[in-house]
Amino acid sequence: MNFQKQCIAYQTMVVKEVGRFMRIWVQTLVPPAISMTLYFVIFGNLIGSRIGEMGGFTYMQYIAPGIIMMSIINNAYSNVVSSFFGAKFQKHIEEMLVSPIPNHLILAGYITGGVTRGLLVGLIVSIVALFFTELQVYSYTLMFGVVLFTSILFSLGGMINGIFAKKFDDISIIPTFILTPLTYLGGVFYSIDLLPEFWQKVSLFNPILYMVNAFRYGMLGVSDINVGYAFSMICLFTVALSVFCLFLLNRGTGIKQ
Amino acid sequence: MKALQIQGLKKTYGSGLQALRGIDLDVEEGDFFALLGPNGAGKSTTIGIITSLVRKTAGRISVFGHDLDSDIAAAKACIGIVPQEINFSQFETCMEIVLNQAGYYGIPRRLAEQRAEKYLDQLGLWDKRHTRSRTLSGGLKRRLMIARALVHEPRLLILDEPTAGVDVELRRSMWSFLSGLNLNGTTIVLTTHYLEEAENLCKNIAIINHGVIIENTSMKKLLGKLNTETLILDLNSKLEYPPEFTDCQTRLIDPYCLEVEIKKTAGLNTLFKEIEQLGIQVHSMRNKSNRLEELFMSLVDNKKQAVA
Repeated sequence: MNFQKQCIAYQTMVVKEVGRFMRIWVQTLVPPAISMTLYFVIFGNLIGSRIGEMGGFTYMQYIAPGIIMMSIINNAYSNVVSSFFGAKFQKHIEEMLVSPIPNHLILAGYITGGVTRGLLVGLIVSIVALFFTELQVYSYTLMFGVVLFTSILFSLGGMINGIFAKKFDDISIIPTFILTPLTYLGGVFYSIDLLPEFWQKVSLFNPILYMVNAFRYGMLGVSDINVGYAFSMICLFTVALSVFCLFLLNRGTGIKQ
Repeated sequence: MKALQIQGLKKTYGSGLQALRGIDLDVEEGDFFALLGPNGAGKSTTIGIITSLVRKTAGRISVFGHDLDSDIAAAKACIGIVPQEINFSQFETCMEIVLNQAGYYGIPRRLAEQRAEKYLDQLGLWDKRHTRSRTLSGGLKRRLMIARALVHEPRLLILDEPTAGVDVELRRSMWSFLSGLNLNGTTIVLTTHYLEEAENLCKNIAIINHGVIIENTSMKKLLGKLNTETLILDLNSKLEYPPEFTDCQTRLIDPYCLEVEIKKTAGLNTLFKEIEQLGIQVHSMRNKSNRLEELFMSLVDNKKQAVA
């Protein structure tokens, strides 16, 4: 397959993936806007007003980057896992597997779909946030870099979940029992400086802490951890998961008998 | 040139089931080839491996000279597959399904639209092009899978039981469509449970059983192996029991319908003479059309006995 044909195949996959979540926008784009509005109202407005400042910012300003990042993570992940598992379940993944599309392009197509949904939801939640607080940007480069790599990373995570999933339960176990607790404990709503020393150290094992803090630094210029280290970790995990995904696809895990 | 060449193909599933025990098969370019076998014989596994949906344990496959291991993209570009089970997105329209498939093969949009129109029209789906696939009837879904398989104009079309569950009229229109495709140069490999279908359409045939090829020859030669012919006689008058004829086996299907299995070496004149002598009034006569079925059953049964 020459480069031009690969571009057409990739474009087809992206249009299909984006078309899929746009077609069901009530299920994919509206719920995060509503739930994040509730977070802003309850945690930011009602409770936050009693908390006062955190890291030199109002509580609402402090949690806004975390809430935006949380919605990006959840949506990038869930888009790929549901789309890929749906394709496996309905067997139309075979349309791609019988075609000459190389596996890295199949991966790129799904990841682009996940990243697009993650970014679109991130944008929607940012717009919602503007109704509650002022958003500022400390470093556009860092902010966009973190958003992009985090959405790629969690799209890859969704892909791995989709590859191994055998039934619908399998695609909700990881988001419910791993992703959500890690996100809530990843410094979205608090600074880890508030925790006892032991739990601060435990928190450092949570990868989402690095993403939330790196993004918060991009917006507010404050972080609980070293941003360079956080960004390097995000990039490293992205590369590692990409290689693992390709290995699984080449091996045919979960998709070929 | 060989459209498909399979050498020493073996497949053992994770459960330990040995689905293919070393298959060798050649399909010439332009052929209409039947791959027959009972359920679980290894047909779908073979097709799955050719189309890269199943991993092989051993062996080599090449499609129009392109090795499936070393030149996989070129080999895949030559193949179109119509699978046994419906495998398109239930939420997409017919047009989207066909256009997406064209895209996966790198076909530019404008050309893809022209081909989608051509094949959807030829298969009677043009009016349904904006209909979501889940609302189509079973027969239309099968036709849609054929249109999808053809959109990149493959040189080798593989059909895994394409007419399963399709009514007689639709089945016959599919036969006519597939014959036309084959006449225009597309090599076709067909698996089917309707042996009449293979007999009518295919030039060459392989029969697979328990993961091995037990027969691989031309349809003509295979049917030539039949040493009996079965005639159905519709009678004007009622018979109480089946009459006896020289070199024949008889069976009453009902009191007015007699089945006569006659050896090919025996002439029909003797039979007609004996019918006349017994005063049996024959209203009409026809050949029983499941000739291949009889042969298929005898080959599979022989193999079973050999295995036992």
